[in-house]
Amino acid sequence: MKTGLKLGLAFSGMLVAFPAMFFAAPALSDELNMVCSNEQDWCDLMVANFEAKTGINVAMVRKSTGETLAQVRAESSNPKIDIWWGGTGDPHLVAAQEGLTQASGVDTSELQDWAVNLSNISEGKTIGIHLGVLGVAYNTEVLAEKGLNPPACWMDLTKAEYKGEIQVANPNSSGTAYTELATIVQVFGEDEGFKILKDIGENINQYTKSGSAPSKAAGRGETTISIGFQHDMIKLAIAGFPLAIVTPCEGTGYEVGGVSIIAGAKNFDSAKKWVEYVISAEAQNHGPEVNVFNVPSNKNATIPKEAPPIASLKLIDYDFATYGSSETRERLLARWDAEVGDLN
Amino acid sequence: MRKTAIIWQIIGLLGALLFPWYMVQGGFFSFSWVGGIFSDPKNASAFAQGLFHQKWWLITSLLPLVGTALALLFIKNTKLLAKFLVMISIAGLVLIFAQGFIVSRTGARIFADLFVGGAGEAGQVGFGAGAFVVLFSQLFILTTGFSGLGKGRGDAFIVGLIGLIVSLVGVFVFFPVSHILIQAFEGPEGNLGLAEFFDNFTSSRIWGVRCLYEANSCGTAWNSLFLAIMTGAGTTLLGLAFALIATRTNFRAKRLLRVLTIIPIITPPFVIGLALILLFGRSGMVSEFLYDHFDVEKTRWLYGFWGIYIAQLLSFTPIAFLVLIGVVEGVSPSMEEASQTLNGDRWQTFRFVSFPLMRPGLANAFLLGFIESMADFGNPLVLGGNYSVLSTEIYFSIVGAVANSGKAATLAIVLLSMTLGAFLLQRMWLGKKSYATVTGKGDSGQHASLNPLLRGFCYATTIPWAIFTVIVYSMIVFGSFVKLWGYDHSFTFAHYIRAFSINFTDGIRFTGVAWDSYFTTLTISSIAAPLTTIVGLATAYLLVRQKFVGKQVFEFSTMLSFAIPGTVIGVSYILAFNVPPIELTGTSIILILVFVFRNMPVGVRGGIAAMSQLDKSLDEASITLGANSFTTVRKIIVPLMGPAILAALTYSFVRAITSVSAVIFLVSAKHNMATSFIIGRVENGEFGIAIAYSTVLIVTMLSVILLLQFIIGKRRLRRENRIQKHTKTKVAQA
Repeated sequence: MKTGLKLGLAFSGMLVAFPAMFFAAPALSDELNMVCSNEQDWCDLMVANFEAKTGINVAMVRKSTGETLAQVRAESSNPKIDIWWGGTGDPHLVAAQEGLTQASGVDTSELQDWAVNLSNISEGKTIGIHLGVLGVAYNTEVLAEKGLNPPACWMDLTKAEYKGEIQVANPNSSGTAYTELATIVQVFGEDEGFKILKDIGENINQYTKSGSAPSKAAGRGETTISIGFQHDMIKLAIAGFPLAIVTPCEGTGYEVGGVSIIAGAKNFDSAKKWVEYVISAEAQNHGPEVNVFNVPSNKNATIPKEAPPIASLKLIDYDFATYGSSETRERLLARWDAEVGDLN
Repeated sequence: MRKTAIIWQIIGLLGALLFPWYMVQGGFFSFSWVGGIFSDPKNASAFAQGLFHQKWWLITSLLPLVGTALALLFIKNTKLLAKFLVMISIAGLVLIFAQGFIVSRTGARIFADLFVGGAGEAGQVGFGAGAFVVLFSQLFILTTGFSGLGKGRGDAFIVGLIGLIVSLVGVFVFFPVSHILIQAFEGPEGNLGLAEFFDNFTSSRIWGVRCLYEANSCGTAWNSLFLAIMTGAGTTLLGLAFALIATRTNFRAKRLLRVLTIIPIITPPFVIGLALILLFGRSGMVSEFLYDHFDVEKTRWLYGFWGIYIAQLLSFTPIAFLVLIGVVEGVSPSMEEASQTLNGDRWQTFRFVSFPLMRPGLANAFLLGFIESMADFGNPLVLGGNYSVLSTEIYFSIVGAVANSGKAATLAIVLLSMTLGAFLLQRMWLGKKSYATVTGKGDSGQHASLNPLLRGFCYATTIPWAIFTVIVYSMIVFGSFVKLWGYDHSFTFAHYIRAFSINFTDGIRFTGVAWDSYFTTLTISSIAAPLTTIVGLATAYLLVRQKFVGKQVFEFSTMLSFAIPGTVIGVSYILAFNVPPIELTGTSIILILVFVFRNMPVGVRGGIAAMSQLDKSLDEASITLGANSFTTVRKIIVPLMGPAILAALTYSFVRAITSVSAVIFLVSAKHNMATSFIIGRVENGEFGIAIAYSTVLIVTMLSVILLLQFIIGKRRLRRENRIQKHTKTKVAQA
């Protein structure tokens, strides 16, 4: 009996002491809890700048958009995050539709039309911060070695010479690939679009899970051609990989990155200050310092010279309201599964 | 019994009177609560909350504590007292949890009428130190009462241990996991029904068999199952070969071999996959070489089954080895000698004596390999190509562009049922035979050496494997010193400087970007590892040595958290521990807990394998000589469990550092982990810094493991650790 007691005491001491050590209710004054879905360096830099400017203490962690959305959903009964900054607008729109985020009421008058548009569809719950253009990249060395012609249009990707050379993500798991699917449907019309997707599908060597994976594979020569967002490709090219970037001649789609305040955020005022800060020209001009080459959403911000030249590109009039809605999405994905995806 | 109960009772009362009931701002050890233990409505203890701050329901739920006190004072009959203690403490536990669930942060969820008025409507936050002290005191009063009723042979220690582990597994495995599994049965409007589940469950995407007659891919369930069986078998075989070489041969580079078998588990995720791509990918070094010199066409063969299989063999063989080494060592030489005395040759000795005695080890190693392969998602993600498996499907049904938690839950159930199947098969194969070979009786023999053919086979499998491992890891180290791994191989220190620079100008300042997460990771893993080991081995002890009702179910339930993919665990922990009564999200404790309960099965499996070799007569002898079960555990079992303890410590430490999928959801701004940092960089295409960080982690873990091996040392079985000479002993004729 005595030893039972001793051991019990030892156990309970351990089990009580450890949890107790960490029980700490979050402090509340002038704090901001942020999840950042942008590039780590960009996150770090903006946090430092914001803290210096406002004196608000920012606790930041970087997570991808899918992970953040899953976490925000799971935490909705008692949110721990105040603000979610960065990543494609799609999951931000989903969060807005599900009531997981709230309107910030910031002034959007300085923003580009496409950024205001994102705010309008989401009833002000998410604000556009940057624009990312969809494109095609090819590994110049592998292309030369195989004696292939560089692609210039969406239609080129259906050519038989590219069999097994193209890589793109699966739209069921990747927002990037869904943007591609929706873009082709909007450029060519739904039936024609799916025929083209199916023909391109003949040339696809792998539907990856993640949207940025194909361009990384192209950089290392694991595939010759990749479809994805151009800012990912530009980053790899600047890092030194032999990638050339093409904007398809028929016109291409784009995504608008978003920033949203979580519904029930404990530090709403600080969160609002963050939104105001990241859509200001002053903040957005810092992008190139850390190799961020998106097109900024503030009209007064300077567009980095490495960014896709949107003035000369053929951008389609991407219909976020229709193609962002869950009905359209489910229908298109089901059709994709039946006509394109199942062939693999 | 009375004395034990009284002590627990006093602890409980102190907890209710003098410890803050709720979570404290700044943490318990800030002691900021001391001044306001009665007066501050945030920091007050339970009784003070009830008396002075209108939280009357706390008083009600603590009444059983008073009840126990009265019972202890006035009931003289021991049996009757035990019965009372059991009933009252059950009531206490139920009431405490009930009030925790009913009154949430925003007020009462049900019975709102009862809670009208200031404090009831204002709600309450999660349990703090006081609540935990009281809960533990109630739990141990309960188990003490049970032992008083004669359960568990009246041994308070055993019953207490069972009670403790059952409740820990209940709270930290069943409770969160049930949150997510229930979603498999949820219809679109949140209604519960079987129809939804069966629709998802019978989908041809999961069970399709078109691959048998067409050139199409099979259902994900078959893919996963096939892969898991192959991986389980492959890792067990390789692990056995390594273990045999380490214990039954005079191979010179044994130590090096041991290190090599450990390295793969200390590799952060994605790194192995990346290294394999650079070697065997379409533009990989080996592929280029073969193309240039032998005109072998460059293909993408790596992406698919073979890529995942090779990566998993690399990653999981060490686990099999860790489980098997103790077991292979433990097989009694006297049995082997007996076999040889009876004129058995070395092959017969191995085949009919040593090998059957290794069965618990083999079975447990296979099971671990099987489960690891099923739940692994890093390797399939990088190398899977179009070979889709359950774990990645689950991950993307949670975080993908079209999130569908019902589908994720259904797939998780498919995965769990396969694990359950493997578990049951393993049980059948082991049967009820005895595998005890460490008996305490004199056996000063020598292990039989392997017969030449078997030895040749072991060398032939392990040496190429070891070389392969060396190549893969040299590539990783190489990758951290070059500008752009796989493309621009000019030498640079830049990645290390960015990640780990230190500024000495005014005092030491850690300016590198990786330091924060590095320190957090080390702290959390070093707290989690010993806890995991204790919980795991204690569970193994109960499973092997004690008999109690529902043991089989208990055993499987301890495997549950290991078998479920990390993503599911991560989300389920948020769902369960984000709101009172147990509110842990955003703290480091949730990370520690997830590691302890996710990795404890390895401690359990290794412990079971090692403990089934220890003859029960050792325990019995100790008990006969008057020692109680605690002393027996401490003086007899623990010293003989050296290898198992080492394996569990090593493994849990390392897993806490290298695991990704569960952690991604649980890391917070203040507690970021190394892996989530690395993945962020990989996603961003900054491979250099990711690999440099991985290399530093590998070196750190390796030093810790070697240190642990040095401290724990080898168990001494009073056997000569020599291998018999290769000349056959002619004992029979002597």
